[in-house]
Amino acid sequence: MSLEIRDIYKHFGPVRASDGVSITIQEGSLHGILGENGAGKSTLMKILSGFYSADSGEVILNGDVLDLSSPADAIAAGIGMLHQDPLVFLPMTVLDNFALGSPGTVRLDRTEVRKELERVSSELGFEFDPSRLARSLTIGERQQLSITRLMWLGAKVLIFDEPTTGISATQRLQLFDTLRKLAEHGLIVLFVSHKLEEVEDLCDSVTVIRQGKVVYEAEMPVPAETLVEKMFGKVFVVQGREAVPLGQPVLRLANIDLKEDTTHLENLNLEVASGEVVGLAGLEGSGQRALLRACAGLLEPASGSLELDGVSLTKASYRGHLAAGVHYLPAGRLEEGLIEGISITEHLVLASDDSTFFIDWKAARKVAETEIEDYSIKGTPSSSAEDLSGGNQQRLLLSMIPDEVKLLLLEHPTRGLDVESAAYVWTRLLARRAEGTSVIFASADLDELLRYSDRIVVFFAGEVFAVRDASGTDGEELGYLIGGKERV
Amino acid sequence: MEATFNSIIAAAAPLIIASMGETITEKSGVINLSLEGSIRLSAMTAFAVAFWVGHALVGFVAAALVGAAIAAIIAYSSIGLKLNQIAVGFVLTLLAIDLASFLGDSFVGERGPRVPPLPIPFLSDIPFFGKVFFDQDLVVYFSFLTIAATWWFFYRTRPGLNIQGIGERPAAAFARGVNVNKLRFWYTVLGGAMVGIAGAAYSLDVKLGWRETLTLNLGWIALAMVIFGGWHPLRVALGAYMFGALQVLAFQLQDVFPGVSQVLPVAPFPLMILALVFVYSDWFSKLGDRFPRMRNLLGSEAPAGLGQVFERE
Ligand SMILES: Nc1ncnc2c1ncn2[C@@H]1O[C@H](COP(=O)(O)OP(=O)(O)O)[C@@H](O)[C@H]1O
Ligand SMILES: [Mg+2]
Repeated sequence: MSLEIRDIYKHFGPVRASDGVSITIQEGSLHGILGENGAGKSTLMKILSGFYSADSGEVILNGDVLDLSSPADAIAAGIGMLHQDPLVFLPMTVLDNFALGSPGTVRLDRTEVRKELERVSSELGFEFDPSRLARSLTIGERQQLSITRLMWLGAKVLIFDEPTTGISATQRLQLFDTLRKLAEHGLIVLFVSHKLEEVEDLCDSVTVIRQGKVVYEAEMPVPAETLVEKMFGKVFVVQGREAVPLGQPVLRLANIDLKEDTTHLENLNLEVASGEVVGLAGLEGSGQRALLRACAGLLEPASGSLELDGVSLTKASYRGHLAAGVHYLPAGRLEEGLIEGISITEHLVLASDDSTFFIDWKAARKVAETEIEDYSIKGTPSSSAEDLSGGNQQRLLLSMIPDEVKLLLLEHPTRGLDVESAAYVWTRLLARRAEGTSVIFASADLDELLRYSDRIVVFFAGEVFAVRDASGTDGEELGYLIGGKERV
Repeated sequence: MEATFNSIIAAAAPLIIASMGETITEKSGVINLSLEGSIRLSAMTAFAVAFWVGHALVGFVAAALVGAAIAAIIAYSSIGLKLNQIAVGFVLTLLAIDLASFLGDSFVGERGPRVPPLPIPFLSDIPFFGKVFFDQDLVVYFSFLTIAATWWFFYRTRPGLNIQGIGERPAAAFARGVNVNKLRFWYTVLGGAMVGIAGAAYSLDVKLGWRETLTLNLGWIALAMVIFGGWHPLRVALGAYMFGALQVLAFQLQDVFPGVSQVLPVAPFPLMILALVFVYSDWFSKLGDRFPRMRNLLGSEAPAGLGQVFERE
């Protein structure tokens, strides 16, 4: 058995998501599809599984040219796909999720289906309570349920689109085991990812996709540098921080007490100099977010004082903080930072402090075009925020930061971004800092903290547990500190 | 007593049929907001056609066609043209209401054919229950059938599971090979035909004759019943019967408390709002967790894909 994808084209407006893709995969192989975010992996897989129909091209399974005009055709031909976000029905039971869409008699014999669920899941080594609601399943369990269902329907080709997003390390090991087993049983398994290490760990062969085209094919193992180069089209050096002389203290926090939800931050003292980058480390909910929000004016301190450039902002509103030169980029880019359904141009108009009543759309479009160019945003002035990839959303947010900012506050500035976008974000931030802007950012990524901070503040259980110069510490020590222990 | 219950069951029949139709439509993810207009126009059409032909059954068929046609417009404009369902439904409501008044003007006050009573032999002899449930006519029996059939269809058949899928998460149903938009179209038309039949049930059975105020905002109430019923046919039916009982009660109490006779007929409406507050309360929504076997019946969540247009790409 072999699967051949021949000359697939697919465009969305001006975007060529699949630009003449041909791949051949042999039976029993665990094949990686590698590419950065937006490379066109999901689109190609959705074409394979009948979810999208291609503009042109053929899919050939075992010598037969398939007619893939709907997912029903793909399933009938034995091609099944686990989508990036497991497509389960949350308020339905496991059993109904299993049965939905299955062929059979009009009357649904749930006893019969339950037996089938038990049979197939035990063959795969999974266990389900058929009457549980899908809502209460972990992402890993939802995937297992989908695998079970597709195997029941007779899948010969199984596609996994970024299956490791949102699952725990243990679940990932279990998933990889399952994938290997499926391949050993003679299935064709397609593993789609933008994470190099996963493909290295798992796959027998790999196809690298960039901008809708196949740019590289090989049997594994392949040196990581080669894959990175193929993915991004260039060799990629992540730039570290340059020493910048620190200026006068800009931000002064004295004896601050903060309360938010379950977080309780007490008696906090911190001074940040102009041009300084301070990283906030700690487990989620240890107080970093509360501190950022207090500095942004979104959370009023219960006591203590907050000064920016000698002016007290303790009781000032969010607008007051903005006016004083504070800018905050929250972690929820689409929830808190951008507005769904609103274009890049409109975002930039909203962000400008122009207060004329009528909007000069022509000028606004010009501004948008310049910013898109400046920040290399992949999109047009009329693209909506939600249509941009995570990296491009972050670029848009960066472009919305006013020119004169004294203090930049960022929460997980590179979470979920591909390597290139993450490096880009930091290039921009470091340029700001060279102009004298102070930067405070929270991150869960120790490398990021160590690479870009001057000082690292470690939070534990609502207090500042330790403060370290970034040059005088390492990942191991930070790991201990974050867990509330001094290095032993 | 028997007679009171008998009339509650009979009077609720159109509401039952209409809200079952709307339950089917909404379960598939489409909102047919035109119910009030559909019901009036189909009630008028049913009467007019039955009046000409001299046969009630033909009136029912005509009414079903009117309801189905309006639903087809909504389905096509939302699925095919991707217009807003609420806006189209609302405009059609107003249009159909005016059309019914205008076209039906000459029929006001006329007497037409009616659905004959049809007690079921033996069953109607059962004490109390027989009289309440089985000494009725075909329309009322049809209303029973819609409840049972809708329930059976949703929870005991494959197409019924699929309809829940397309209403809940159309993309997921599509990925499983279910033809989302085609099914949504036909379930909307089916629901609309049932709404049409409900209209005919008014003018040819419950109220007899045609006048503008005949259907007493039944369409809006049916829409509310679907929400109160949490999109579960049995709970929707319960709501419809409770509403019917309140109306009969209010009517009968008018003689007892003549001073407040103005207030009583509208009493069911605020009570309906209270009932909605109740089923959306924390306490009620936790019941489903406590009785997992009755989760479907006790849940009040709308199908998550309700009103959403599904586009493949
Ligand atoms: N439904 C869609 N409509 C418009 N553009 C899309 C759609 N799906 C994907 N794209 C665009 O196609 C390109 C490839 O996307 P995708 O296949 O999701 O990439 P990947 O899965 O590799 O991250 C991106 O530029 C994306 O914005
Ligand atoms: Mg993808």
